[in-house]
Amino acid sequence: MFASLAGVLFDGFAYGMLLFLLSVGLSVTLGMMNFVNLAHCSFAMVGGYVTVSLTNRYGWPFLATLPMAFVAAAVVSVVLERTLYRRLYRASDLDQCLFTIGIVFISIAVYAWFYGTVVQSAPMPAYLHASLEFMGMRLATYRIFLIAMGLAIAALLIFLLETTRFGAQVRAAVDNQRMARGLGIDVDRAFMITFALGGGLAGLGGALAIEIVGLDHAFALNYLVYVLIVVAVGGLGSIGGSFAAALVLGISDMAGKYYFPWLGAFLIYLVMVALLMWRPVGLFGKR
Amino acid sequence: MRPLEIAFWAATLLPFVVTPDYLSLASQIAITALFALSLDLLLGYAGIVSLGHAAYFGFGAYVAGLLSKHYWSEPLSGLVIGAAAAGVLGYATSHVIVRFRHLALIMLTLGLGLLLAEAANSASWLTGGADGLQGVKMAPLLGFKFDLYGRTAYAYSLAVLFLLFLLARRIIHSPFGLALRGIRENALRMPAIGAPSLAHLRKVYTIAAVLAGAAGAVLTQTTSTVSLEVLSFGRSADVLVILILGGAGRLYGGIVGAIIYMVARDQLAGMNPQYWYFWIGLLLVAVVMFLPNGILGGLSALGKKAQ
Repeated sequence: MFASLAGVLFDGFAYGMLLFLLSVGLSVTLGMMNFVNLAHCSFAMVGGYVTVSLTNRYGWPFLATLPMAFVAAAVVSVVLERTLYRRLYRASDLDQCLFTIGIVFISIAVYAWFYGTVVQSAPMPAYLHASLEFMGMRLATYRIFLIAMGLAIAALLIFLLETTRFGAQVRAAVDNQRMARGLGIDVDRAFMITFALGGGLAGLGGALAIEIVGLDHAFALNYLVYVLIVVAVGGLGSIGGSFAAALVLGISDMAGKYYFPWLGAFLIYLVMVALLMWRPVGLFGKR
Repeated sequence: MRPLEIAFWAATLLPFVVTPDYLSLASQIAITALFALSLDLLLGYAGIVSLGHAAYFGFGAYVAGLLSKHYWSEPLSGLVIGAAAAGVLGYATSHVIVRFRHLALIMLTLGLGLLLAEAANSASWLTGGADGLQGVKMAPLLGFKFDLYGRTAYAYSLAVLFLLFLLARRIIHSPFGLALRGIRENALRMPAIGAPSLAHLRKVYTIAAVLAGAAGAVLTQTTSTVSLEVLSFGRSADVLVILILGGAGRLYGGIVGAIIYMVARDQLAGMNPQYWYFWIGLLLVAVVMFLPNGILGGLSALGKKAQ
């Protein structure tokens, strides 16, 4: 019983780190510009498919493709932001939702056109396929790697946001965009960089997701709900909130699948609706 | 009614003589139009964005289906009971929904819709789960059997659409409808001038749920099956696309959108569904960028320019 509980916690922790990578960018950009970007997971798919292509067609090692996944997703997101999204910052929530859902539909069709509808895989190096023995439990090295990545990136982001000048600009823009502009902060530039960073992290998440949850053409829609739950529960613009919400979601989803498989995703949605009714701004949100 | 409206409703009778092979499609269109009309009351008039409106459609569909499977199969009473059940669910959830705006509202409607879909999936002893509800049998409607060609089905769904459209039209042109538009335009000022805005929103949410439930019940009764798809996120998203395409905040927006969308989908049915969604996505992007008030809004803007 103890071993299975610890195993569920461990798997849930790894899954939560994945959700954190996928959603942290959306949380910060949504907090800054109030732009409801439902196409965030399409950026994750860019990263995922870059890794799939590079490993399978060009024989790159898996680890070397991860920076490429980050860069490709960041470039795609910044191009979209500059050309299309920025026209809609003043549009209504509904228009933003519809527009970005449209992008999701288009991206799903494009991926299906180029890669088909089968679940993709990327070859892993042997040391990420192994497992370690620890206190009587077998821990997959890939999940350890994922947890380490998640923790390192969370620490890096918090350092960036809390101590650097750029981080201070982002925090000011999240708290009060108009006031930040009034103080001479170039919010558009800060937003562009944040958007690229968030898109890139989603791309990295998409690449890392291949081994855990699989990647197919409908990924952008299937994981949209999870990402939105993390953002809504964690609170807008809060890295710590996203981290906590992603962990809670990851562990409770794993536990639900393990202990109450007949409930399906019911438990997750119930938790989300209850949390939102209790705190509409999220657990750590300020507004 | 204005002459153009009379001509429109007269034209809805044309499928009986012009395209008798497509009557089942025509009745699907009428059902979808009713569903879109119900969303229009929420989104177009009261400004409540919902990504989970299929919950009420599907609830009405399942109630009507279970009723005819286990108790009796008379369609008209089944329609009333299905719609009323959806209305009760709508009233219950409206207490939560109307308190929220923006992202929290979108997430809550989405979450409630997904919650109901998952519940129906899990409760397969009741709903049949992924296999759908089998064994729905319909008694003749006022002596007319539901025939293979869909004549009764189309007449029935068209009549329901027309009657409920008249009801919606009456609501929109009443002082209550005006108050709803006031809330949509400025949610803070309406309570300040003494309008009970939360009560208004609860009322319109319940009415919209009744209409959606009626549409779902008619779908069950004319097709004699219920599948999990009636509760899916896809159905909520489709109806939103239809309404936006036709023009939200206009009584005929949902109907025009439903005709165009369903006919286009029927014509392109040979296409792979993923590529169908490519065009839907492109359409959404284009409508948001270039045609913010939908097709009807664009037409009326053109009409004003011509004058």
